[in-house]
Amino acid sequence: MAFLEIDGLRKRFGQVEILKGIDVELEKGGFLVLVGPSGCGKSTLLNTIAGLETITSGEIRVDGRTINDLHPSKRDIAMVFQSYALYPNMTVAGNISFGMEMRGVPAAERQKAIDKVAKVLQIGHLLQRKPSQLSGGQRQRVAMGRELVRDPKLFLFDEPLSNLDAKLRVDMRIEIKRLHATTGTTIVYVTHDQIEAMTLATKIAVMRDGEVQQFGTPAEIYNNPSNLFVADFMGSPAMNLIPATIGTSGNALSVVLQRETREPISLPMANAPAGLSAFQGKPIIFGVRPEALTDPEGAERNASHIATADCHIEVVEPAGSDTFAVTNLGGKGVVARLRADANIQPGTNTPLAFNLTKAVFFDPATETRIR
Amino acid sequence: MSAVTIPARQASGGVNVKVINRIVIYGLLALFALFYLMPLFVMLVTSFKTMDEIQNGNMLALPRAPTFDPWLKAWGETCVGLTCAGIKGYFWNSIKMVVPAVLISTMLGALNGYVLTKWRFRGATLVFGLMLFACFIPFQSVLLPMATILGSLGRFGVTLQNATGTSFGLGNPTVNLVFVHVVYGIGFTTLFFRNYYEAFPTELVKAAQVDGASFFQIFRRIMLPNSMPIFVVTVIYQFTNIWNDFLFASAYAGTGDAMPMTVALNNVVNTSTGVVEYNVNMAAAMIAALPTLLVYVLAGRYFVRGLMAGAVKG
Repeated sequence: MAFLEIDGLRKRFGQVEILKGIDVELEKGGFLVLVGPSGCGKSTLLNTIAGLETITSGEIRVDGRTINDLHPSKRDIAMVFQSYALYPNMTVAGNISFGMEMRGVPAAERQKAIDKVAKVLQIGHLLQRKPSQLSGGQRQRVAMGRELVRDPKLFLFDEPLSNLDAKLRVDMRIEIKRLHATTGTTIVYVTHDQIEAMTLATKIAVMRDGEVQQFGTPAEIYNNPSNLFVADFMGSPAMNLIPATIGTSGNALSVVLQRETREPISLPMANAPAGLSAFQGKPIIFGVRPEALTDPEGAERNASHIATADCHIEVVEPAGSDTFAVTNLGGKGVVARLRADANIQPGTNTPLAFNLTKAVFFDPATETRIR
Repeated sequence: MSAVTIPARQASGGVNVKVINRIVIYGLLALFALFYLMPLFVMLVTSFKTMDEIQNGNMLALPRAPTFDPWLKAWGETCVGLTCAGIKGYFWNSIKMVVPAVLISTMLGALNGYVLTKWRFRGATLVFGLMLFACFIPFQSVLLPMATILGSLGRFGVTLQNATGTSFGLGNPTVNLVFVHVVYGIGFTTLFFRNYYEAFPTELVKAAQVDGASFFQIFRRIMLPNSMPIFVVTVIYQFTNIWNDFLFASAYAGTGDAMPMTVALNNVVNTSTGVVEYNVNMAAAMIAALPTLLVYVLAGRYFVRGLMAGAVKG
């Protein structure tokens, strides 16, 4: 039995259904990231776990206990809010101990708990300051301290890094990961940033329009997206989703990609998924991540199935660590990720290696994966 | 066209135009200020003059021999109607009425604002709309119905008195006035607090809920301590209105010992025995105006800040 279990959770505001039957579970000590575009219901889902929103139907269990109808304070959870929600009229110490004060913990014990948390988060020197006298990163730390001090069963984070600048965000991301590793707490984390999702999570739930599109480990989500939306949403730069048709070459299937000026490319498929044969002569969406489309020398050595084709390079973007090249296939700009020192010029034709073991296929009508 | 000509004009006579503009603006402002302050000035100098000097001298002249006697007389001796014990009793009457009325109406407004924004219920907007409507009801239309209600309350007070030995203040004119001002003030105080709390971050309330704070604990520990600006605005507004109110005061406590300051002042001036003591009248009026002046001076800087609060997201 999992530590956090959400079964058939539905939430309706009047006639509008915000959450349409969510089923998610998380093991003890796990890190679940709810990710999706704005308005997909991920924050609402988090609020229902916290008890700040009621649910229409379904069940939420933590450690075997159903918490559906419990008051937020009785759920043994802690929540870090997007705006940190530090009480402006209280000092840092007051903020951290407010929850304990509400629960009637004696002052001496409160002080001990404050000191302990201050040590973990290195905010000892800030304890007597007001939130307005803190920097963004310090506020973030205090907000985490306020929740950490309760030693809850479940930690909830609602887009905690979205108010920080880019560099601080990366630092705090590492800090949260370290905190998770050292304390072993169970965390549910909401974000719209798919990089945060990939780096932090042990499990990811990709959401859209109140439904979980895919639920799995970061690697599963990244390598085996179950539909077009997940494939497009996760990964940066995004996966190339190229309109193509399925043809035959010899007795194997092949993927046919239109090129703007020249004859189409035909990539032979040695180990095509079984479902693909039904699409012979029909349009499909061919998905390949930029790192699976590279210069032949940089292609993965142990990939079993690589096809090379000449492509017309339109734009070259040197990014320092890599060089990105944009070509046009199937009427769309397609990004290839090359070594940083790859010798490539815009306006020329260059052979690119397609790592077809990593390629995925989608049905354009239903947007689901062809397996 | 003008875009081309303006720089040319500025180059030649821009500085002069600026100076003249300044002179005109400040001159006008000074004139208006003078016009506005003139009555206050006359009141102030008159209150420090003797009757002789008032009758024989210039109204605008400074007192030749400043004397505090009119102030002392207004405070302790002057006649209000038939009793000649000064206005001090009525001053305290007003304080006894204003302080509870201001505090109760402000606290209720804060509570209403808190519920209307952070604990929204079905129909909250309608309720707020109706309360807002209360702000537009003219005083005069309330006078008679309110008199009926106060009469009923008074009779109920007598019944209580006979049954339990105490009327719980029902029927007491000061309590009546507090009641009237609280009822009439709730619309305004709710409006102030509701708009302030609308911009108040809801996440703070949610965080406090997760921390285990109850409805009233959140109100007392989170909302109120962060409401200083709007609290001050509301107190100033309510204090000024209730202290200066004459209509309700004269209608419901126009006679007898509970008469508030404004009614008493009117009676001082209207008492027609012998000569009209302008200096005493002016001193009494100054005393009547002092508390509101004091509230403004002490809390005025919050007033401006409070009116601006919420306009810009901090």
